[in-house]
Amino acid sequence: MPQWTLLGLLAGKQTAPWPLAEGTDGQEGLLGMPRYRPELCGEECKVCAEICPTKAITMHHAPAAAAGAQRLDIDYGRCVVCQLCTEVCPTGAMSPSSDWAFGARARNDLIWSGAPTASAAPGAETRRAFRRSLHVRHVDAGSCNGCESELQALNNPFYNMHRLGIFFTASPRFADLLMVTGPVTYAMLDPLRATYEAMAEPRWVLAVGTCAVSGGIAEGGYACGHGLDGIIPVDVYLPGCPPNPAAIMQALLMFLDRAQQKVRGGRIAE
Amino acid sequence: MTAPTVTSLRPSELKDAASRMLASGGRMQMAYAWYPRPHRLELRYLASPAGGEPFTIWRCDATEPVPSLAGIAPLLSWYEREIADLFGLTFLEHPQPHRLVLREGVDPGKPPFDPDFPPDRALRVHQTRQVIPEIAGAESDVQLLPFGPVRADVMESAEFLFFYVGEAILHYHPRLFFKHRGMEKRFEGLEPGRGVVLAERVSGVGSVAHALAYCQGVEAASDCIVPPRARVLRVVLAELERLYNHLHYFGHLCHTTTLKVGEAEGKFLEEQSKQLNTQLTGSRFLRSVLAIGGLRRDLSPKPWLGEALSSLRERFTRYAEHMENTASHLDRLITTGRLDRQVAFDQGASGPVDRASGLDRDLRRDHPYAAYAELPPNVAVREAGDAHARAQVRMAELGDSISLIQRALDELPDGPIRTDCNVAPNTEGLGFAESPRGTLFYAVHIGADGKLARVKIKSPSFSNWRVFPFTVHDSNMMDYAINEASFGLTIAGCDR
Repeated sequence: MPQWTLLGLLAGKQTAPWPLAEGTDGQEGLLGMPRYRPELCGEECKVCAEICPTKAITMHHAPAAAAGAQRLDIDYGRCVVCQLCTEVCPTGAMSPSSDWAFGARARNDLIWSGAPTASAAPGAETRRAFRRSLHVRHVDAGSCNGCESELQALNNPFYNMHRLGIFFTASPRFADLLMVTGPVTYAMLDPLRATYEAMAEPRWVLAVGTCAVSGGIAEGGYACGHGLDGIIPVDVYLPGCPPNPAAIMQALLMFLDRAQQKVRGGRIAE
Repeated sequence: MTAPTVTSLRPSELKDAASRMLASGGRMQMAYAWYPRPHRLELRYLASPAGGEPFTIWRCDATEPVPSLAGIAPLLSWYEREIADLFGLTFLEHPQPHRLVLREGVDPGKPPFDPDFPPDRALRVHQTRQVIPEIAGAESDVQLLPFGPVRADVMESAEFLFFYVGEAILHYHPRLFFKHRGMEKRFEGLEPGRGVVLAERVSGVGSVAHALAYCQGVEAASDCIVPPRARVLRVVLAELERLYNHLHYFGHLCHTTTLKVGEAEGKFLEEQSKQLNTQLTGSRFLRSVLAIGGLRRDLSPKPWLGEALSSLRERFTRYAEHMENTASHLDRLITTGRLDRQVAFDQGASGPVDRASGLDRDLRRDHPYAAYAELPPNVAVREAGDAHARAQVRMAELGDSISLIQRALDELPDGPIRTDCNVAPNTEGLGFAESPRGTLFYAVHIGADGKLARVKIKSPSFSNWRVFPFTVHDSNMMDYAINEASFGLTIAGCDR
């Protein structure tokens, strides 16, 4: 066994300094949520809305507005980060970005709006006792396994989530927070509800990934639902397909009031 | 890729045809159903003849009663049960005529793939009635442990039933398909080009293999020739996918044998591999690159990717040597979960599981696609069929994947990365890929309107979940997690 000890010691510290040091989150080169710049939007153009596979982009219904006004409604809670809109857009109004910190307390914060405003963050007082240690139960309600792959990555040496006092727990009885992935299939509906019911109060829910937020690519049909809304109350929404491990950590720290919510009105605050 | 040969058979001819196929050294691969016209159900059987001959497809009008072939080729049992659930066709004399894909306690009215199934109907579980095998009579000491569908740790959802006495497992019964999303039906009615984003999200850790098999299915339907640069880059993407999946496999396997540093090392290397994916494609899962006719955009992997992989190889080699020299780790793997070669063949094992039980097959070599004809892989085969053999096959494949990528980068030609494919109405194509977990098929049917009429997905985990219980019956509880990890199964791909 000493050979393993030696291997571990020789490897040294492998954990990223992030979130303490900016730029060490391991997401270099990542294509995140596309950015919308309404002033570049071409008149009569709707190619992005037509190609979007999850109807995250729809045409904005408003009285004929001045040039440069908002022409699109964009719901980042429905975005599966497929980049198709950025490829078909002829003017750069939808452009690729590296924005991934999309954890939001209110569903509305994920919807693009001209004037981003801070939504109220309710319940901060009840969470105070949980700031230094949080126990999380995960339920897969029909994901593609992409979100699980990233949730499992949270405990690899690079992200090493334990160091932040956040732990996965086997039993919902011990859990403060329920992380749910997947669009909620008909067969997982009852097990999901039973898991939530088994949690002691106070209890919170984090919807991980676009499927859990809104149904995602598999939404509807004979076997799938539309995400968690209407099934159990959601405290934090984190779209992404899948959200990367740093995005999940950021959302968890935001939930614990140990980090700022970065997304307002569908865009990352500068 | 040579086009498969297609033969029409009557239901009464199926049993003879299957027996002849097996007697000549061939193997049945899958069966599925579709509606070429409303209310005209047609069955399709896919077989691979011996010696790398082109695939054989049988088409069979289900206008008269269809016999079950499960008694001849047991692996077809699950495909028949799936067709029974989703299309409402009953197979004569099926040995296990129970629900498989749909939950017990669901009344769908009409089967979900029936043309008259209302498009807005969502299934509901009305009662939780389930078929549980009877073991050794009611008065015995056998206990039943139901585990799941919500399991400990971050796991995919499935329920496992253990019938056990003390430490000994007498019988093991996995209940899967809690995650059934009806993905195949989501393809129907789409423009073929729009299916790629969907295929990438059938099994997240198989995004490349799924999108590649789907694209190749459409390309086969339209006789489309992909430019050389795109074909070589497809090999690079597919092997990068194998790399991070196999690294994850070793991290998880060490977790089950409680080799803590080994677990950390495997998962760290997986993370490094995913970060390389991001730098190359912008996606940790290598998504948003593949397109019908080639790639969506060009990639520039030279020279940095080759250099990064060289240092990854160095670190993995040291890691692998440590694993192969740790008695406590090997003790738990050797003789654990032994899968007999004949059982592997009959029940349809696939990929590294197949090759660890002595079956020398790999689609990349036997039916080359993308640029695998010019870049042939070394196919690793082991005879022992135990957890150690399954790990060794993956270990060899991991090194070979890095070599393949480096050869591909050396020979990467310049030129276009995409060609236009004209998808004609009323055509069909078979696409396939050797995913990290084994054989993946996409059978693509284009309708009269030029849109997707039916897409059948055969994922490797569907095959391997069928096989896995044969290594659990009559084993013990302490080995279960190790054995399951050694199979490297996903549930999303199986459940779809």
